[in-house]
Amino acid sequence: MSALEMVRDAVAIVLLLLGTFLCLTAGLGLVRFPDVLTRMHAGTKPQVLGVLLIMVGAAIRLQGWSATWMLLLVAVFQMLTAPVSAHMISRVAYRRRHVRRDRLMVDELNSGGGVRDRVYQGDEPADAPPEQPGAALAKSREEDEAR
Amino acid sequence: MTIVYWAAYGMLGAGALLALVRLGMGPSLLDRVVATDTLLVIIAAGLAVHAGLERDPTVVPVLVVVSLLAFVGSVSVARYIGGMLVGSADDGQDVGLPEAAEERAARAGEAPR
Repeated sequence: MSALEMVRDAVAIVLLLLGTFLCLTAGLGLVRFPDVLTRMHAGTKPQVLGVLLIMVGAAIRLQGWSATWMLLLVAVFQMLTAPVSAHMISRVAYRRRHVRRDRLMVDELNSGGGVRDRVYQGDEPADAPPEQPGAALAKSREEDEAR
Repeated sequence: MTIVYWAAYGMLGAGALLALVRLGMGPSLLDRVVATDTLLVIIAAGLAVHAGLERDPTVVPVLVVVSLLAFVGSVSVARYIGGMLVGSADDGQDVGLPEAAEERAARAGEAPR
């Protein structure tokens, strides 16, 4: 085994071990953190950095272009989908009251109990628009003016 | 090399086990979704570690499927819960639902850590 191969293996193994360590920290955070948002923060650690490290390590060890491209595909896919699923889960968590509001420092979604627009609330399901958009918009404007 | 095997699979196994603990404890459906998501990522990481350590590229296509599955699962459950929402008029949260179990436990003085 030449010196170059040894260095390559050492780098790959260090990357793999770092990635597995991130998986361990994700499990610890999931168990110890107090609510959904903080658990999500811990749980997505291996989703991006851990997967990237492990994919790079495995690609160095596998030494084949087909395997490398597939590992790259997995890494890119993880980086594309992690924000989407995190956004959806955290939005539902906030609206379903699974967020510890006493531990939030800034709560920008809370309008302080004031009057809000009753027609457009900002995050309606996309498949349930107002039945008559024109009339709904007019009503919304009226409410704004009367306020 | 044996030490590397034990360390890598030990850390992966411990992480997966802790994610399973959270999956069992709940308390809410969303906690379980997050735990399942993490568990699938750890499984994918384990497959990649196996492929890397054994120089065995046969499991790499399985990796693609597992990472696709994690995303589809968590997004579909989140959509399912989100579809049940009723619009709220005051503070942007849903109306008529109980407060979070975590918050109740915190008020009782015994904050779950």
